[in-house]
Amino acid sequence: MFSRDNWKEIFETIQKNKLRTFLSGFTVALGILIFVVLFGFGNGLINTFDEFFGDDATNVFYVFPGRTSMPYKGYKSNRQIEFDNDDLAEINKNFAPFLEYSTPRIFRSGLVKYKEESNNYSTRGVGPAHQYAEKTIMMKGRYLNKEDIKNKTKYAVIGRLVEKDLFGAHKSIGEYIDISGSAFKVIGVFQDDGGDNEERNIYIPYTTRQLIEKNTDKIDQIVLAFKPELGYAGAMAFETSLNKFLREKKYINPKDRNGLFIRNVADQLKQNQQFARVLQLIVAFVAFGTIIAGIIGISNIMVFVVKERTKELGIRKALGATPKSVIGTILLESIFITTISGFIGMMIGIGILSSLGEKLKDFFITNPNINLGTAIFATVILIIFGALAGYIPARRAARIKPIVALRDE
Amino acid sequence: MIEIKDLHKSYKMGSNSLHVLKGINFTAESGELVAIMGSSGSGKSTLLNILGMLDEADSGDYTLDGVPIKNLNETKAAKYRNKFLGFIFQSFNLINYKSAMENVALPLYYQKIPRKERQERAMKYLEQVGLKEWAHHLPSELSGGQKQRVAIARAMAAEPKVLLADEPTGALDSTTSYEVMDLIQKINDEGNTILVVTHEDDIAHMCKRIIHLKDGVIEKDEKVTQVRASQYV
Repeated sequence: MFSRDNWKEIFETIQKNKLRTFLSGFTVALGILIFVVLFGFGNGLINTFDEFFGDDATNVFYVFPGRTSMPYKGYKSNRQIEFDNDDLAEINKNFAPFLEYSTPRIFRSGLVKYKEESNNYSTRGVGPAHQYAEKTIMMKGRYLNKEDIKNKTKYAVIGRLVEKDLFGAHKSIGEYIDISGSAFKVIGVFQDDGGDNEERNIYIPYTTRQLIEKNTDKIDQIVLAFKPELGYAGAMAFETSLNKFLREKKYINPKDRNGLFIRNVADQLKQNQQFARVLQLIVAFVAFGTIIAGIIGISNIMVFVVKERTKELGIRKALGATPKSVIGTILLESIFITTISGFIGMMIGIGILSSLGEKLKDFFITNPNINLGTAIFATVILIIFGALAGYIPARRAARIKPIVALRDE
Repeated sequence: MIEIKDLHKSYKMGSNSLHVLKGINFTAESGELVAIMGSSGSGKSTLLNILGMLDEADSGDYTLDGVPIKNLNETKAAKYRNKFLGFIFQSFNLINYKSAMENVALPLYYQKIPRKERQERAMKYLEQVGLKEWAHHLPSELSGGQKQRVAIARAMAAEPKVLLADEPTGALDSTTSYEVMDLIQKINDEGNTILVVTHEDDIAHMCKRIIHLKDGVIEKDEKVTQVRASQYV
């Protein structure tokens, strides 16, 4: 059944029936193409989500104060809560077994100058651990360290784009920049996967910031990282007890929703990932529908092909073709066409996906791609069903009496 | 070569059945050229189809070259057709996307003869029917007479025991008809057994024996003096 001669016969038939070949090939190629592209878009959506939420460490809580909306223990409502160094120290003391690291954050924004260049950037007064919380990647020099905090050094770590704006091609490390009137020495340049805005930040020691601001001890935000081995449930329990502790310390009504906020990255990430998975499921469902449509398409064409060839098959039978060889001719032809065109469609689809890359980022699709295994699996499924769909009419054609087939005009 | 005893065949047409062949008996020896004549509906094509194993009889015996043809499954029938029989149809029945040579070579493909030998043999038979120069033309590029000659070459290619021709001249004008009959006579001269179904008197008289069918029975079975077609060509 698979001799060279049979293949030659099939090739000739394919070559000489171009429209038929084109129709069935096109259906299959299109089906696979759409499947691959849709599935790739689904993965692209997930990539976007991962990128949005994946640039920061996931075992991090951001704790920030608000304005109370309820009176509590003699304090009136509408009171602005403020954190200070003491709060952070107490958290570190009381929750030591849970904590991996912690850092305060103080946000300021102001004019930054270097020689003739100047621009507005936001400055973050932070501790050394902030590097891990933001997953800051050092390109040149170093990050802030404990000594900088202790000595309240006037050192600054600037983002890649800050360096580009202010220094251009010049060397930046060791140079002094003017941040809102104070001179800071640049000790490092960083990049961040979080995007351009992240790379327009400047990090300075939080103690230096406090010193500049009349030696205050206030801090804007507390960033806490719990130990990853706590797991999701442990992290949730930690969040609850931390919440309780801070509310007691700062006299905030336990039911007050506005006095204190804890943003849990892990929890958010989980929700967003679930959302992305649901989206992918929907896309996969649509893609699966495309495959079904492809199967129906190829089935229709096979029925048509057999119908069109009824007379030819009758002639072949009169000349001595056995039912087996009739079925074989039709099936091998169909499998051959679906295989070739299926893989062509697959390759085009993969080509489209890889050429897109970042171009659809505005539509929340980043680096759309498809696992090669999935693509091949879908193609093989289509080939198998194409063959099955061809087998039924082929078997019927093989059974038709040659005399009936010959009469067919 | 061919032996038929008490052959019956009826077709179901809705609720009533149409009795087409009502007990046919005849024998054809090797090398005979037999015309089967009869008006439309007399059962001549049905008889030929049964002889060609394209259709099956309801009852009766059919022996072809000493082999009883009975209860054949499709595969076996296909093999017998390929080995024993060559067909010539009124409407030629060439495969339209294959060249003349490929059409002739097709029965040999089903005999599993290697490609090269197939093509050589196909060319040999095309030469015999005088169409060597047309070997690579498609049927659509050939005239009716040429198509029928390709079909005859195809029927001959498998070197069958019996050639069955169903109205071989039915779609041709008289000059071309005589050319085709001339070819059939020449093939018969070489000792091939040929059965020709026709309703044309002059064609029938170019055979050596005429069987007249009427209403499903043999009305008359006569030997005739053969009129050579070559005199008209």
